[in-house]
Order: sequence, then C-alpha cells, then structure tokens
Amino acid sequence: MASRMRIRAKAADGVTEVKALMSHPMETGQRKDAEGNPIPAHYITEVTALHNDKVVLQAYWGAAVSQNPFLHFRFKGGAEGDTVTIKWVDNKGESQSDDTKI
Amino acid sequence: MNHHRRTFLKLGGAAFGAVATAALWPLRAIAAAVRPNAAFEATALDGAYKQLGGTPAESADIDLSTPDIAENGAVVPVSVTSKLPGTEAIYILIEKNPNPLAAGFMIPEGTEPFVSVRVKVAQTCNVIAVVKAGGKLYSAAKETKVTLGGCGG
Repeated sequence: MASRMRIRAKAADGVTEVKALMSHPMETGQRKDAEGNPIPAHYITEVTALHNDKVVLQAYWGAAVSQNPFLHFRFKGGAEGDTVTIKWVDNKGESQSDDTKI
Repeated sequence: MNHHRRTFLKLGGAAFGAVATAALWPLRAIAAAVRPNAAFEATALDGAYKQLGGTPAESADIDLSTPDIAENGAVVPVSVTSKLPGTEAIYILIEKNPNPLAAGFMIPEGTEPFVSVRVKVAQTCNVIAVVKAGGKLYSAAKETKVTLGGCGG
C-alpha cells in the first residue's frame, strides 16, 4: 500500500476518461497458505472518485475484484488542470487517496 | 386515569411513527451512499438479487463486454455500458463465485454509464451486468469460460 496509485485522466470532447490502477492484495479470505491456514480476507470495499470536489463515481467492491484493481470510467466535463482524486477504503479500515491533474 | 395513559401512549406512538417515517426518507434518498453489505454477502445469485431490490429484467440496452475464454480467472476484464436512460447504478455479478456480487458502481449525473474493472471468476459461468435505471433493475449476461480458476490455486 506504500506505492502510489497510478491514475491517468484525459479530457477530450467534453468527456474526461479516468483510468486508475490501485495497489492492493484483494485477498478473498477463501485461500489457504502453504500450511493450510486460511489467509484472512483483505480487500477494498469502497472507492470514491472525485473531480475537484464533486463525486463522479462511487464504487462498492467485494473480494471478487482482482488483485491490484484497475478501474476505468468516464465523466462529462473536466478541463486541463482540474484535479481527479481517487480514494479507497478496505475491510481493515486502511485507506489511500491519490490525485492527478487532467 | 388509565384512559389518559392510553391516550398519551397512542399520541406518543403516532408521533414517534411520524418521526421515524421522516427519518427514513433521507435514508432512502442516500441509500446508494451505503455499501450494500447484505448483497455482497449473499452466496447465491437469487439472494444477491433480492438484496439489490428484485430480479432484474433482461435488457438489450446493456453492453457487457467480457472475454469468451479467460485463461486466468483471477484477472477477467469486464466492461459494462448502459444505454438505458437514467442509469443510477451498475452492478457486476459472477454467477458461480462464492459471493456472486463482485462490484457495484453508483453513477451520479454527469458520469457516463460505463465502467470497466477486472474481476475474479472462480469457474466457467455467466458474468452478469445489472443496471439500475429509473428505479428498476435490468440485466445482461454473458458466459465466460475459465481455464484456470480465480482462486489462484
């Protein structure tokens, strides 16, 4: 979780395209380690994307989202220099927030 | 004496009822702002549908894009585009996963009804996109064949 989220936001024709790559194990809790002990679940439960201060996407995830989740969406508006922020919270209460300029 | 107490209780009850109803309203309005935990915990498709608000009607206005064959079930790209007017939410469900609901996306006004993520698919089964538009649920399904399970061995 130390590594920064990779976010790319590009505005074209009045629509901003956002692609984000988060760094997270997304452990389902169903797997077992080499000794057969279950690996506790550890996954992102909520993702919020903001354009400046406005929420443009609110996502709720289960453990079925792949490891190091990739998210791609588009919102109307957005101009060069605007800020796109992506935040996540996981089931252990850990969180991360990173932003980028369009 | 007792009669008065009854009246008081009745009044109190009615007042409480009104307050409770009033308090429920804003909750409903922001229902989408709370993670539908019960839906995520459902272990079968029917249960997940129930928690999301009912069995969706099939719709041709949802574009669901998944690979026909996924070599690695742990990373299956899924894209959903809804052409339904008034799309409020997009859910992605994997029919045979231990918990079918994989992800839900609340689409505020101004955001295009399109999302793309990568999900785990435990075994060959239908990937289902459920779209909530105008308060109703619609769905589209597509089978994805998995050659290597999503549980990572």
